Amino acid sequence: MTSKLKAIPISAWLGLTIVTLNLLVFVFGPMLAPYGMNEIVGAPFDPPSSQFWFGLDQNGRDMFSRLLAGAQMSIGVSLAASLISFSIGIPLGFVAALFGGWVDTVLSRIVDTVMCIPVLISALVVLQALGSSVPVLIFTIALLDSTRVFRLARVVAQGISVLEYAETARLRGESLGWLITREILPNALPPLIAEFGMRFCFTFLFVAGLSFLGLGIQPPFADWGGMVKDNQQAILYGLYAPLFPAAAIALLTIGVNLVVDWLLNSGAATQGADR
Amino acid sequence: MIQLILKRVALGILTLLLVSALIFAGTQLLPGDVASAILGQNATPQSLAALRQDLGLDLPAWQRYLTWLHGFVTGDLGMSLANRQPVADLLWPRFGNTMALAAYAAIVSVPIAVLLGLAAAVRRGGMFDRGINIVALAFVSLPEYFLGLLLILFLSVQFNLLPSLADTYSGMNFGDWLRATTLPALTLVLVTVAQMMRMTRTAVLSVMDQAYVETAFLKGLRTKRVVLRHALPNAAAPIVNVVAFNIAYLITGVVLVEAIFNYNGLGRFMVDAVAKRDLPLVQAAAMVFGAAYVILNSVADIAAIALNPRLRHPR
Repeated sequence: MTSKLKAIPISAWLGLTIVTLNLLVFVFGPMLAPYGMNEIVGAPFDPPSSQFWFGLDQNGRDMFSRLLAGAQMSIGVSLAASLISFSIGIPLGFVAALFGGWVDTVLSRIVDTVMCIPVLISALVVLQALGSSVPVLIFTIALLDSTRVFRLARVVAQGISVLEYAETARLRGESLGWLITREILPNALPPLIAEFGMRFCFTFLFVAGLSFLGLGIQPPFADWGGMVKDNQQAILYGLYAPLFPAAAIALLTIGVNLVVDWLLNSGAATQGADR
Repeated sequence: MIQLILKRVALGILTLLLVSALIFAGTQLLPGDVASAILGQNATPQSLAALRQDLGLDLPAWQRYLTWLHGFVTGDLGMSLANRQPVADLLWPRFGNTMALAAYAAIVSVPIAVLLGLAAAVRRGGMFDRGINIVALAFVSLPEYFLGLLLILFLSVQFNLLPSLADTYSGMNFGDWLRATTLPALTLVLVTVAQMMRMTRTAVLSVMDQAYVETAFLKGLRTKRVVLRHALPNAAAPIVNVVAFNIAYLITGVVLVEAIFNYNGLGRFMVDAVAKRDLPLVQAAAMVFGAAYVILNSVADIAAIALNPRLRHPR
């Protein structure tokens, strides 16, 4: 165990630390916040002080408290979207790979067509029709992102299903469900876990980006992308206010990327990971 | 080869049709319809029926799709719901602005990224390679607005070198335009160079691992000759794909950058239309973005066919 721990490079440790810290803030953030999320505690854009570590925002609310509270939305929405996208993409990808034939053709064509449109543009079209709310955001992003998951899951399952042990199981007369849960899934897990990190990064940046455009998470909820947008003008007066939420977004993305980089390089995710 | 290219063009047109159907379907998701959304609380059954007929909403969906598609092909993009102006008049100038910004960024970033990627691949595992990889990983992770805000803070607020807002107007002279758009273009360059450099490096490395490159080295040829004459021609097709992929990324990356610098492009225009829920504007803008994306990918595939003899004779 200790030798395994020692084999983890410094960059991965850094990544793991950042991710853990963010998860802690995600779970306990609102409890740790010294002030209320929407509590006005001073004048707009007061600079950082010992009382207000990151200063105050455009309405005179404590930036630090809002960052802690905003983690819930920023991380929660993208985490939910990634989880849903994986629970749609993986089963469909596996089924397409194992069934082949028309099931595979139909699913793959649909996915190909959806992937022909940039994700942001598709999301904007849906948001125009349905308006922006947290459930709409989560499901839109999950559905759009599941196309990428589908592709990877399909390729990985195709690779595994021709190997001897999968063939043996099929000849033993095992059911499709058994084949998927006992043979394919355990062996497909390493590349899919690395992919989960990458997809989470993407959805996280995507949600933050939409909020930055004013089309993501709406007030009164605090979220990091929206905080960048709200405080953006302050930068013109040389104030750092919008940089704190922007840096929080960048930090978590870098952290997840470092972990993913390590997972991909450590050989834990060799099969299927090279698309 | 001509036949293969024609096939690819036909596939591109088919894709465009599918994309248009999908975008149209996406705009029909609204429970109820546009008419009740426009009239809101003040809707009476009579006014609703009148507006529905006015907008053609009493027709079945496939008929409306064909009307819309026909209008799009003939250049009639419909009327904006918000201000009752023809969408085409509002859209095309802004599309031009967006393309100009994307082109500015691409002209700067593509040569830099390809050169850096090549240099890193040639010195694989060396100081330069490792250093530039860490920097690239960091830049890939940074959101556009973080970089954009940092650039504004340093280059425009603290040192006052460049304007913080990309104010452009028609009839502006080229020098002024360059000055106004340098910060947004620079933001796009920073984001895409990192991504493109990493992908170029991977593409070149996969060629450098081939047996014939090793043979060339073992024959005693100089590194420069091996890279330029043996490896690069074979890496050209994947590099073209990398470049196309990133220019396609520019098309959507530009949406965020336009919002940061308040640039009058199609991205910001579309975001405003989504906020106002102006259906014809969003439909048209989505179709233009989608078409640009599909056309770019088709051009890249055709270029790859032209560059790589092996692709001309599939199996």
